[in-house]
Amino acid sequence: MKRTVLAKVATQSILKNKMRTLLTMLGIIIGVGAVILMVAIGQGAQGQIQSQIQGLGTNLIVITAGTSNQGGVSHGAGSFNRLRIDDVEKLQRESVLLAGVSPVIASGAQIIGGQGNWRGRINGVSTDYAVIRDWETTSGSFFDESDQRQAARVAVIGETVKNQLWPDSDPVGERVQIRNVPFQIIGVLAPKGQSAEGNDQDDVILAPYTTVQTRLSGRTYIPQILASTFSPDEIVSAQEEIASIMRESHGLAAWEEDDFTVRNQADLADAAQGTTQVMTLLLSAVAGISLLVGGIGIMNIMLVSVTERTREIGVRMAIGARGSDVLTQFLVESVVMSAIGGLLGVALGFGGARLLGDATGWSTAIDAPTVVIALVFSGAIGIFFGFYPARQAAALDPIEALRYE
Amino acid sequence: MGSRRPMGDDQAAALGDGPQLVGEAAPTSEVVIETRGLERVYATGRTEVRALDGVDVSIHDGEFVAIMGASGSGKSTFMNILGCLDRPTGGSYTLSGTQVELLNKNELADIRNARIGFVFQSFNLLSRTAALDNVELPLLYDRSGRKLDSRKAAAEALQRVGLGDRLDHEPSELSGGEQQRVAIARALVGQPSMILADEPTGNLDSRTSVDVMTLFQELNDAGITILIVTHEADIARYCKRIIRMRDGKVIADEPVRDRRIASEDLETLADLDEQDVVEVTL
Ligand SMILES: Nc1ncnc2c1ncn2[C@@H]1O[C@H](COP(=O)(O)OP(=O)(O)OP(=O)(O)O)[C@@H](O)[C@H]1O
Ligand SMILES: [Mg+2]
Repeated sequence: MKRTVLAKVATQSILKNKMRTLLTMLGIIIGVGAVILMVAIGQGAQGQIQSQIQGLGTNLIVITAGTSNQGGVSHGAGSFNRLRIDDVEKLQRESVLLAGVSPVIASGAQIIGGQGNWRGRINGVSTDYAVIRDWETTSGSFFDESDQRQAARVAVIGETVKNQLWPDSDPVGERVQIRNVPFQIIGVLAPKGQSAEGNDQDDVILAPYTTVQTRLSGRTYIPQILASTFSPDEIVSAQEEIASIMRESHGLAAWEEDDFTVRNQADLADAAQGTTQVMTLLLSAVAGISLLVGGIGIMNIMLVSVTERTREIGVRMAIGARGSDVLTQFLVESVVMSAIGGLLGVALGFGGARLLGDATGWSTAIDAPTVVIALVFSGAIGIFFGFYPARQAAALDPIEALRYE
Repeated sequence: MGSRRPMGDDQAAALGDGPQLVGEAAPTSEVVIETRGLERVYATGRTEVRALDGVDVSIHDGEFVAIMGASGSGKSTFMNILGCLDRPTGGSYTLSGTQVELLNKNELADIRNARIGFVFQSFNLLSRTAALDNVELPLLYDRSGRKLDSRKAAAEALQRVGLGDRLDHEPSELSGGEQQRVAIARALVGQPSMILADEPTGNLDSRTSVDVMTLFQELNDAGITILIVTHEADIARYCKRIIRMRDGKVIADEPVRDRRIASEDLETLADLDEQDVVEVTL
C-alpha cells in the first residue's frame, strides 16, 4: 500500500473512534508530559547550581574543620580541630601551588549609615579574597596589605547593602558604624546573585580579617578557609599540598585522621547536585512508569480493536489486502496514536514547566534533545505495544475473520 | 449504463496474464475457471468433513452460473476456493491459466485484488465509512502498478450500479438493496475478470433481489463472468447455467432453458405495485 494511503486508512480508523482514541492517548500524553516536566525541573535546578558554583570563583578550594566522613561537622571538643589564623599564615608561607589563601570569619552585623541601618553579614577576609572569589569592585577598590597589617577600619560592601543604604549615590568614602565601630567604605562589589544554597551573596560586608578579629569580635575561630590555584590542572595536587601543610600545622601524627576537609569546586558541585539528581531520577522513574502504563493502554485498546474489527479485517483481506497490509495498518494506527499522544504530552510538559516556573520561581529548562527523545520514545512505544495486536490481526484467516460475529 | 465503455476496454488490459491476452482467435470463449478433482476436507477433532469431494467444473469467459444445493452441500466452500480465499486440500484449480493451489498467501491476496470481485450475503461493508470510501478500498491494495484515479474509479463504479447520488452515504444510511449495490460496486471497481457472489440476495426481499439480479445481468451482458450461490430457483432462472451440488459433489450441470430477464420482471413488479395502489385508493 502506498504511504499516503496507509496514513489515510490509519487516520480514518483513528477518527472513527475519537473518544476512545483520546482516552487511549491519555496515558501517553500524561507519561510524556510528566517526563518533560521532570526533566525540565531537574535540568533547570542543575543549571542553576552549576552557574552558581561557577560564580564562586575559579579554581576554588574550600577548607573546613572536621573530618570529611563526618560531613564537615567539627568534633566540638579540643581546639586542634578548629581552623586558626596560624593555619592560614602557614599556608600562605609554605604553599607553592596556591594563588591565594583567605580565612572567612563570618558574623552578623548591624551597619548604620546612609539612609538608615541594615542588618547584614560581615566577613573578615584577607586581601587574597578578591582573587580567590574572582570578585571585582564596581566602585572604589579592595583593601590592601597595609590595611590588613594595620587592622584598618575599612570595609567593602556588596550590591545589596549599597542598594539598601545608598540607593542613589556612591558610598565610597562614606563613614559608617558597624557594630558601633566606625568604618570607612572603600569599595562596592560587583553583583553576584544567589548562592547555591539560595543566599544573597551580595548581602555582605567585607573587611580585613585582622580588623574583624581585633576590633569586632576578638574571636579566633575560623569556620572556613578559601584558597585558589593558578590553574585548574593543579587543583588536585594543591589539595594534597594543603592537606600536608594543614596536618603539620595541626601537629597530627601519622596514624591520626585529618581533622579538616579540603574540597574543590567539583566536590561542591557533586554534593549540591547529588540531591537534585536523586530527585530527578525518582521523578523520572515515576514518569517512565506512567509511560509504560500508557503503552500497555495502547496495546489493550489495539487488542480490543483487533477483536472488534475482525470482520473488517476479513473484508480487507477478501478484497486483496495482504497480511503485511493489515499489519502495517494496525502498526501505523498505534504509532500515530502514540506519536500524537507524545506531541500533546510535550506540549503539556512545556506548559506545565512554564506554569510551575511562574508559580514557584524555580528555573526550568527544556532542550531539543529531550523533546526529540520523548517523541521518538513514544513512537517506539507505539511500535512495541502495537506490534503484538497488529501481528494478531495479520495472522487472521480471511474466511474465519469474515465469519466472525 | 454510461460508464460501461471505459470499463470494458480497460478490463482486458487489467486481466494481466490471463489466456485471453494471448490473442488467439478462438471461436468459443476462453476457460476462466477449471477445477479437476477439487477436494476440501475439514478436519475437526476426530471426524473429517469432506465439504468438497472431487469437483470438476469448467467455466468460460462471459458465463453466468448459479450454484444450487441443499444447506451444507459445499457451495460456500466451493465459492471460497474459487475466490482464492481458501485453498483446496486436493485436486487442482486453474484460474485464467494460473495454478491457484501453488500460490502462497500473498499471491492469493493479489489475485483476489486484481481478478476477483466478491459479493457477500451480508454485504460486509465497512461501517461508518462512506460508500465512496468503501468502493475505493480494493484500489488501495492494488499492487498491479496500473495507474488510475481511485476516487474517480470508485465514483464511476457507484454510478454504474445506480448510486451516483449516494457517494457520501454511510452503510447505516442505505437500504439493504443499496448496500448490496455498494458491495457490487466494490467488487467491480478493480475491473475483475469475474464476480463471485455467495447468496447475494439472501438478505433481500424478492423485489430488491430482482433489482440486484438486473444489475448482475447488465454486468454479465457487458462481458463479466458471474457466479452466484443461491437457494432460490427464481433467482437461478436469471442465470445462464445451473450447477447443482450435493454432499460436496456436482450432481447436475445444465443450461437454464427458460431464462428470465430481470429488468422485464422488475417492470411487471412495478405494474403490480401500481395495481395495489389503485386497489387501495378505490
Ligand atoms: N471451517 C469449517 N470447519 C469445519 N467444517 C466446515 C467448515 N466450514 C464448512 N464446514 C462444513 O463443510 C460443509 C459444507 O459447508 P458449506 O458452508 O460449504 O455449505 P453451504 O452449501 O454453503 O451451506 P449453506 O447453504 O447453508 O450456506 C458443511 O457440512 C459444514 O459443516
Ligand atoms: Mg453457504
